[in-house]
Formats: sequence, structure tokens, C-alpha cells
Amino acid sequence: MSVPNELITRTAAELADALAAGETTSVELTQVHLDRIAAVDGDADAGVHAFLHVDPEGALAQAAESDARRAAGETRHLLDGVPIAVKDVLATQGLPTTCGSKILEGWVPPYDATVVRRIKDAGLPILGKTNMDEFAMGSSTEHSAYGPTRNPWDQTRIPGGSGGGSAAAVAAFEAPLALGTDTGGSIRQPGAVTGTVGVKPTYGGVSRYGLVALANSLDQVGPVTRTVLDSALLHELIGGHDPLDSTSVDVPVGAYVEAARAGATGDLKGLKVGVIKELAGDGWQPGVMARFAETVDLLKELGAEVTEISCPTFVHAMATYYLILPAECSSNLAKFDAMRYGLRVVPEGDPSAEAVMKATRDAGFGDEVKRRIMIGTYALSSGYYDAYYGQAQKVRTLISRDFAAAFEQVDVLVSPTAPTTAFPLGEKLDDPLAMYLQDLATIPANLAGVPGISVPAGLAEEDGLPVGFQVLAPALADDRLYRVGAAVEAALTSRWGGPILAKAPTLEVAR
Amino acid sequence: MPEISRDEVAHLADLARIDLDDTELDHLAPQLNVILEAVASISGVAGDDVPPTSHPFPLTNVFREDVVVPGLSAEQALAGAPAAEEQRFRVPRILGEEQ
Repeated sequence: MSVPNELITRTAAELADALAAGETTSVELTQVHLDRIAAVDGDADAGVHAFLHVDPEGALAQAAESDARRAAGETRHLLDGVPIAVKDVLATQGLPTTCGSKILEGWVPPYDATVVRRIKDAGLPILGKTNMDEFAMGSSTEHSAYGPTRNPWDQTRIPGGSGGGSAAAVAAFEAPLALGTDTGGSIRQPGAVTGTVGVKPTYGGVSRYGLVALANSLDQVGPVTRTVLDSALLHELIGGHDPLDSTSVDVPVGAYVEAARAGATGDLKGLKVGVIKELAGDGWQPGVMARFAETVDLLKELGAEVTEISCPTFVHAMATYYLILPAECSSNLAKFDAMRYGLRVVPEGDPSAEAVMKATRDAGFGDEVKRRIMIGTYALSSGYYDAYYGQAQKVRTLISRDFAAAFEQVDVLVSPTAPTTAFPLGEKLDDPLAMYLQDLATIPANLAGVPGISVPAGLAEEDGLPVGFQVLAPALADDRLYRVGAAVEAALTSRWGGPILAKAPTLEVAR
Repeated sequence: MPEISRDEVAHLADLARIDLDDTELDHLAPQLNVILEAVASISGVAGDDVPPTSHPFPLTNVFREDVVVPGLSAEQALAGAPAAEEQRFRVPRILGEEQ
């Protein structure tokens, strides 16, 4: 096998510059990434397995159109011609969309999600659809009905979840950019454990139209990249009001690229940073805490004022989340009824629609989906509604109040993104609670609707695996994530002598 | 919080329209109990005076102009249907034999 093409190691911003300078073409860029996918992605049994569906023909056709436009002197966007991967929970017209579930095997949506429409309109070729935990339920991508994604740093370990496919694709240089979705950490935690950057925008900041909903009040689409600047570029492209999403906020997109460029100069003078007291302690891996503490010191060196902030109700965030989310998902997933699209399993005899529905949902849903649907059904049932769902909605208010009080004192809050580095595949698969604990630090942001970013903070001493540093900002102040994230990235990259992924092992060719 | 029995889990599965067999019930029932025990810790955390939050930014009355815009054609809408007939979704019988 030949040495991988150098182009795949470049950032999206660098690829955009190379296209603008005429040093490469979109067809070449798309082809080198398709070659990389063919070399390392493998399948359910071996390789990274970041993709559920690869679309060489479609991607190359989009690339050729981009090149033709550029030759005629018309480009639609800075990223026109830079290829991208899309999480399989986003509807793509003409491309299969399974959400990692057997119940949607072979389904081809008749329309595009708004974010997919926007990247197509901007001219980004879509390489394919990335693997995920079934209906985005999980923190390891092991709940995918099509087999797990493997962490490019160590293929015996999880890539995080639910968006392990998007994060692994970017970490393995199979794509320079990817789209993810984050309901309780599904962009940020995979980013942390794969040494990549992931952003959960402010709730309502990016359209959810065409995102197969897990929990409508928590879900948000966001960028998955290798650098903070690339996330900013992609966020500006996909963000902004969408009349097709009634929860979309009608405010202009922020100046994220400008904030990332300003942050990269390394000046954080006057910035007030709060370290969340509750997101540390028992169960937090020492190597994760060590890298976190170093990064906090780094912020001080860059001129930030750091204080400790208590958010006392955050200790209830997990319980709150695992009531609100199942309640919303049990209702959302009722649409998979075997009548209009997706799988239909017909039991013997002359079964009723209800019997068909039950047989289909039993065959089509995996264990985690069944668990959450039943917890949600329970939490919403009469007699338990007030004690569970009603109470969770009230605690949600208290969590938002903790954020509001904290942001009166500081500009951003910080914590480790996940309590541990990537754990071995299979370790928590049949222990739902242990799996849920992975999202301890990321869940509060979703409950309150505030934005968050995870940037690489280095490798844990004990296992040599990536650690993520999380920055949270007030709603609609996503630009602060980019300023702080880029400052941390620039200082650490210079300290390391190169990007963190340069330390990742060379990937074996899958077949 | 009360422990949920295997029978109650079977009832929940029925309400959720999932046809669980005995093996699945044996496997899932104890797991649901562990999860419910963990989430029960929020009882009493918020007082009666705390208003519930259903959405991070409650937007109300999101309107648009009443203008006709193109939608999916019948063919597109039926493209993923398990069965279709005469431009409609074809579904199994919805009434029981006794009805």
C-alpha cells in the first residue's frame, strides 16, 4: 500500500486555500479521501468503520461541479469543493439514512435536512454517512445495529458516541470535516476521546429540520473537525435561522471565524473563566484531571482570570437528563410504526396493524432503544408523571439558573469534556448506568441550551489516550468558545510541536 | 421509588408497542430497575415553587405567511412505504376479528 496522500493531513482551511490557489482540485481532494476510506475504514469486523455508507460517485460528481464553477470564476463559499462526512441521523435526499438502526435499513429520504441542503448549496462534496449509536442513544457507537466504530488511536477502544463515526472519520483523516449532532454530548465526548474538535452550538442556533429527532428540546447539529478554525468555518455555514424549524432562533450568525482567528493570537487578557467545582472528584481519571489542570494553568498564562464556580444542581443533571430524554424519545420514536416507511415485519396468519407494529419494533430496535423507550413510557405514565417527568422539568429550571448565576460572574465555564479517556470496546455495553456516566460533564449544556466546545488537551499519562477540554458559554455567545478554544489549541500545539493527531499511531490498512 | 416488576415491564412494552419475548424481559427488567433507581434521586430536589422547563428557549406563536409552498409529491412520500396502493399507504387490518 502506498503512503497516504499528504493532502489528507491538511486542515479544511488549508484545503480551501489550496483550492483557491489552484494547487489542487476538488476532484483530487475528494478522491484522496475516498482512497483513504477504502484503505482504513474496513467493515463491521475490522478497521475504523466510521462510515455506514460511502458515496464515491455522488461525491466525485459534486466535486467535478465545484471544479467547473471555480474554473468559471464562481465559487459559492470558502469551503466550496472541500469534502465532508455527514452523521447518519441527518436526512440526505438520495442517500441512505439509517440512524444506525435496522428499522431504517435501506431507507432513502425524499428530502434533505436544512444543514445538508446548506453544505450542498455551498459546494461541499458529501463523502458518505457516518456510523452512530442507534438513534444517537449511547456514548460508544457500540449500539449501532451495523457494528461499532473503532477509535483510530487504539482500535480495541470506543470512539465515543453517539457520533463516534464522525469523530473517528476526522481523526483517521478519512474526512477533513464532518457534521455531528449533540443531545447530551454526542459531538463533544467523541471529540474528546479521539483528539478532535467538536462544537455543540446554542440550542436553536442551527436548524434541526431533517435531523431525525432523539429529544427535540436537547438535540443540536454541530461541526466535527480537527481544528477550532475549521469548526468556526463550518458553524458559520450551517448556522442561522431556518423557517422550517420553529425552534430556530432568528438572530444573525455570530462571527465565529473572526473569534477563532483572534483567539489564535493567544491573548486572553481580561477573560473571566470559571472552573466548575462539581465536575471533578471520584470517578474522574487522574490523567484526565492532570491535563485539565494544566490547561487551566495555561489559560492563566494567557491572561485569563480563573476562579472556581459552584453549580450545585449539576449533580442532578444526569438523573434529569435520563428522564427528559427517554420521555421525549419514547414519543418521537412512536413514528416508527411500520406503516409509512422503514421496516415492516409481518407475523404469521392475518395479523392486525398493532401486531405488525409490535413485531416490527421488537425486530427493528436494539436493546438501548428499547430500554429508553420503556423508561420514557414509564416516566410519562399517569401516576408517575409528576414524580418523574414533572420533577425533572423543574430540576432543569434549577440547572439553567445555576448557569445564569455562573455567567453573571464569569465569561466562560470550563471542565474536562469526559471523565475518562476511551474505554475498551464491550466494557460498558451491558451496564447502561456506567455508560450514562460518560456524559456527566456534557449533559448540563444541553439541558440549559448553552453552547459548548471540546478541544484536545493532550494525552493521559496512564494510557496515552486523548483528553478533551470543555468550554461552555452563555446562550448565543458561541463566539467565546472559538476565542478560548483557538487560544488553547494554538498554545498547546506549539508546546507539542504539532497537532495532537501527529502523535496518533499510523493506521494499519484494513484490507 | 417502587421497584417495577417483570409484569409491569411487560405492560410497558405493550404500551410502547414492542413485542418483547421472555428472554428479553428477563434481561431488560432488572436493567430498567437499576436505571429508575438512579434517576429517582431527583425526587424532592426542586420545590413546588419552581416552574418546569420544557424547552431551553420557549418560543411561542411562530407564524409564517400563509403562502403555498411545494411539498413532496405522492410518489416521493410513498417511495419508502413498505406497501402502497392507489397512491396510498397500504396497511394491515386495523380492526380485530370480533369487531
